[in-house]
Amino acid sequence: MNRTLRRWSKHPTWRALLLWVLPVAFLAYFFYQPLLALFNLVISPTWGFDLGSLNLDRIWRPLSFTIGQAALSTLLTLILGLPGAWLFARFTFPGKKALKILTTLPFILPTVVVAAGFNALLGPRGWVNLGLMALFNLSAPPIQFLNTFGAILVAHVFYNTTIIIRVVSNAWAQQNIRLRHAAQVLGASPWRTFREVTLPLLKPSILAGTFLVFLFNFTSFGVVLMLGGPQFATLEVEIYIQALHRLNLPLASILAILQLLCTLLITLGHNRVSGLGDVVTSPPAHTLDARKPRTGWERLVVILLIITLFTLLVAPLASLALRSFVKLEPTRGERGEIQRGLTLQFYRELGVNRRGDLFFVPPIAAARNSFIFALITIGITLSLGLLVAYALGQHTAINKFLDPLLMLPLGASAITLGLGFIIVFNRPPFSTLRFPILIPIAHSLVALPFIVRTLVPALQDISRSLRNAARVLGASPFKVWREVDLPLLTPALLVSTIFALTISLGEFGASSFLVRPEYPTMPVAIFRYISQPGALNYGQALAMSTILMLASALGIFIIERLQSPGKDIF
Amino acid sequence: MKNKMIPLILLIFAILLASCTPQPSPSEVRTLTVMTHDSFAISEDVIALFEDEHNVRVQFVRSGDTGTALNQAILTKGNPLADVFYGVDNTFLTRALTEDLFIPHDSPMLAQISDVFKLDPSNRALPVDYGDVCINYDKAYFAANNLPVPASLEELTDPQYAGLLATQNPATSSPGLAFLMATIAHFGEEGYLAYWAALKQNGLVVVSNWETAYYTNFSGSTGQGPQPMVVSYGSSPAAEVIFAETELDQAPTGSIIGPDTCFRQIEFVGILRNAANPDLAGDFIDFMLSIPFQEDIPLQMFVFPVNQDARLPEAFIEHVQIPPQPASLPPELIDANREAWIDAWMETVLE
Repeated sequence: MNRTLRRWSKHPTWRALLLWVLPVAFLAYFFYQPLLALFNLVISPTWGFDLGSLNLDRIWRPLSFTIGQAALSTLLTLILGLPGAWLFARFTFPGKKALKILTTLPFILPTVVVAAGFNALLGPRGWVNLGLMALFNLSAPPIQFLNTFGAILVAHVFYNTTIIIRVVSNAWAQQNIRLRHAAQVLGASPWRTFREVTLPLLKPSILAGTFLVFLFNFTSFGVVLMLGGPQFATLEVEIYIQALHRLNLPLASILAILQLLCTLLITLGHNRVSGLGDVVTSPPAHTLDARKPRTGWERLVVILLIITLFTLLVAPLASLALRSFVKLEPTRGERGEIQRGLTLQFYRELGVNRRGDLFFVPPIAAARNSFIFALITIGITLSLGLLVAYALGQHTAINKFLDPLLMLPLGASAITLGLGFIIVFNRPPFSTLRFPILIPIAHSLVALPFIVRTLVPALQDISRSLRNAARVLGASPFKVWREVDLPLLTPALLVSTIFALTISLGEFGASSFLVRPEYPTMPVAIFRYISQPGALNYGQALAMSTILMLASALGIFIIERLQSPGKDIF
Repeated sequence: MKNKMIPLILLIFAILLASCTPQPSPSEVRTLTVMTHDSFAISEDVIALFEDEHNVRVQFVRSGDTGTALNQAILTKGNPLADVFYGVDNTFLTRALTEDLFIPHDSPMLAQISDVFKLDPSNRALPVDYGDVCINYDKAYFAANNLPVPASLEELTDPQYAGLLATQNPATSSPGLAFLMATIAHFGEEGYLAYWAALKQNGLVVVSNWETAYYTNFSGSTGQGPQPMVVSYGSSPAAEVIFAETELDQAPTGSIIGPDTCFRQIEFVGILRNAANPDLAGDFIDFMLSIPFQEDIPLQMFVFPVNQDARLPEAFIEHVQIPPQPASLPPELIDANREAWIDAWMETVLE
């Protein structure tokens, strides 16, 4: 018996199956079950829903808006991102490293913080409007930015330019320069060389970046909800409104399923084109080194690009941080002279229960909740991620079936997830748990595909001969793992940890469904505070956003330090 | 060799899961949980009266605006988050009753409450307070621009008021929904959409919630926004005086009191079905309808108490305008048509 068991455990298929058990059970219970419940709800008669009576307009309108805004946002992102990629791939300039970290920051920032940043810059109480009002003695803010279509587009460009820059500039920098030289020797003009050599080689990475940006724009939630106003609703926002405001669960479910199908198509498209790029990525020996801009024309373009990127990326974040330290308006209920100037009041107020409010949840408690949720998310995703990574390392056919199963949650939106959760887990054992464990579970589902993508390549890099050597020298299997695998995996594990941390800290869509009012997370609390009256609440929202931004920035800084060059997560 | 790590991972996983189980605080004081909307407020010492008398701790859980709070209660009704739900208004009352959210409670305090407020004859939902959703205007703006204050709904479509009114999306905001009801009461189901189309034509500004409309768009409050008229509450001018930065004799804003310009909202409380402490919940509802709680309501939530023996504070009497004939619609009619009205409104105004 024992021997058969041991033989089984040596067989890669059985080993893989054993490793898969826990992740598959987790996904089946927490992802596929809610998803099936959504399907079920659409066809169930209990909600008195009649598919025939459905006004197709109510589906078509958010769908067409979602596609339209995503396409336009993606186009604008490309217009800024491609020159940005060119800048980073071809040129050196002072402050390049700092600018590179800055461009990475938005990607990891919670949408709520990004929205708050634009609010602090261009909102009715923002720097630009307050400045213009003081300058020209106006009684009303002259710039209408919030609740416009433009606001959504600008925020999306801010958010996603970094993806294009990263993906495309990496591919560009690693291009084999000999191909280009060959073309030039054969008499091609620079333009023709670009068009017929450089561009075709860049095409896979441009396509991959475009798909990714489109996907993020397609599922946009926080940005549209906070900056777009009532006129604009993506599928994601419409699902939220239909479920929580209108209690129209069948319509919300139909939209959720539609969204799932769309994102799945986009993800498949992305996998397809990003696979193409991988074929030639053995580090080429003859890459083009980045150099200083030489001609006057080059210098001008480079400087303009740096200024544009710097303004777009830094202005909203800087105005957010700055505004959280400055007092410009009276707080509500404050009589007498207003002390304008620098202040730490908003940060101090985070822990203060003003007016002896009975049912006050101190905003600082939201920070504590967020960090607890993040720690649990890290625990779940790292354990499951390691299991999956080792399972994928086994050479067996079942991985072909199970791998896509794991990646599907990437295609499901956070709102869909949240909706499924409240439908399925609204009964024991989960509803009896006062501790909202469902939130970190939802965060784990969102983060897991990213973690697996980080761990798998690291695991593949561990040389088999190292392990064999250790074994020959008499190390026990556990010792081999501890002394060989673990040290070599440590950087990837740290990167995964940071990924799980920042995803969990910033997640807003699923959380806004699942948060129990007594346990708000930071993004949810920021969202609440920013729509509350008065300068004090506004300041507190910005103070919390600044804290969240710093935590995320620290995370990305550590990722940058740990990542080996040339290996990007995207 | 890899199998050796599985128990380890399992162990980590188990510890993590175990660490998330709840740790109930050991105390003999019972806890009563009240689920409510974000605008709920009450004085600490008033609640202390109840807590001392019943040796109980009252925990309030604010769950979004009127609509979302109620929907969360409905979505979790199998296993309620609280004992008491307060804050369902007459525009949502029938939804709560059809969903069978509450159990009946024949409070002795009902004797002190006028029958006009008792919309549920079986006393599952008991009235607590009422108020009027009215259009507020910024007095300074109208004086500075020599504009007459509009006196009726019809006048709001006059070009001289173009771009001056901010309202809320009725799909996501309870005063927005109430104002939509007022226009339906006035123009009828056949006429209200044409009226809204005319308002839109005249530069109506729509935002998602009351906070944005009042504190960001309205020129008469702290935000000093661009619109001098906003859909708000009849009591908002009194709030402006009480919260003013410098002492005021007169409210800086007023309410437009005309035929059907205001819509009456009545707020209800009920004991949630399957509540953990139904007996305490009943006691608390009796307390909410008694004089100490009722007299605290006006200055905390800026609405009127339903208990006819409760006295109103001076500032309230002075600055709150009460519409003699607020608009109203029968709850059954609202329930039958609410979603269709909102959809039609969205198609007319937002598209």
